[in-house]
Amino acid sequence: MDLMGFFRTKKPASAATARDRLMVAVAWQRDQDGRNATSRDGGPSYLPQMRDEILSVIRKYVQVADSAVKVNVQHEDGLDVLEMNITLPDAKTA
Amino acid sequence: MAKIIVTTSGKGGVGKTTTSASFSTGLAARGKKVAVIDFDVGLRNLDLIMGCERRVVFDFVNVLQGEANLRQALIRDKTYENLSILAASQTRDKDALTLEGVEKVLNDLVAEGFEYIICDSPAGIEKGAHHAMYFADEALIVTNPEVSSVRDSDRVLGLLQAKTRNAEKGIKVKEHLVLTRYNPERVERGEMLSVKDVQDILAIPLLGVIPESPTVLTSSNSGVPVIADAMSAAGQAYTDLVSRFLGEDKPHRFMHVEKKGFFNKLFGG
Repeated sequence: MDLMGFFRTKKPASAATARDRLMVAVAWQRDQDGRNATSRDGGPSYLPQMRDEILSVIRKYVQVADSAVKVNVQHEDGLDVLEMNITLPDAKTA
Repeated sequence: MAKIIVTTSGKGGVGKTTTSASFSTGLAARGKKVAVIDFDVGLRNLDLIMGCERRVVFDFVNVLQGEANLRQALIRDKTYENLSILAASQTRDKDALTLEGVEKVLNDLVAEGFEYIICDSPAGIEKGAHHAMYFADEALIVTNPEVSSVRDSDRVLGLLQAKTRNAEKGIKVKEHLVLTRYNPERVERGEMLSVKDVQDILAIPLLGVIPESPTVLTSSNSGVPVIADAMSAAGQAYTDLVSRFLGEDKPHRFMHVEKKGFFNKLFGG
């Protein structure tokens, strides 16, 4: 018998999933339409949010400043390359 | 100056016609001279929602093809004589509408002194939807808090910014979000996209939230726009929406779960 399953009756909130899926679907659609194709960083419009989310994961393990993160999108031979550089603090100060 | 407003959504069944009917009735109740046009050629429905289906003699296509003049085809609302309805043709094929024809009818309505012309768009992004939005100054984007509706609304926003007369002239069509079938209980349980979620994604100003309400169906059953039911939450929400559209500062309601009082809890009020 799945005892744990008995206690785990609460389903994860699906609205959050809907929101995340829509963010990506809409960004893709806007790229196709050629509108808002680029944000300030010169990448897809979901880039700022994605950057923030990745940053929050990194910060679970190590404290980095906003300025220590560089995000780049490059177009090479019909491919979009996403590049993310994070400068970690010195081992002593970390 | 007359304003042309399209009610559009991309997705079907989200409440476009319900919104067109209540929005136009609400503007008329405020003393404005209003015409509302059903652009859904072949699938006419606005007449049913507004309760004038038995008084349709001539329709939009009859006017375009010169078989009737505009005054003959306009149906005067039973309650507000400053509100007129132009029904869609039920039988003709969709090619009967042309941009030139639509432009002439809109110009004639402006010449007749109509201050607000509401274009009720068919679902989809094909010709009929294009005709309905092409001459719009403003747009009501009717959206349900549901993934396919939000994505379709975003698609329609793209078209409004590119494939309209104003867009071609470099003028932005003013966009308003109308979030319908909203259920605060389900939002609170994390089962439904919130107003904020939808606003974050679509990034357009919110004109009104219409709560999910059984009155929307019962009103359509009897052919009375839901805004006429002052007791219902949906009716009140549309009344607020119209006030906001006219520039009044009305706080948004029906976005949160109502706290039930002791007596309501006791008697299930």
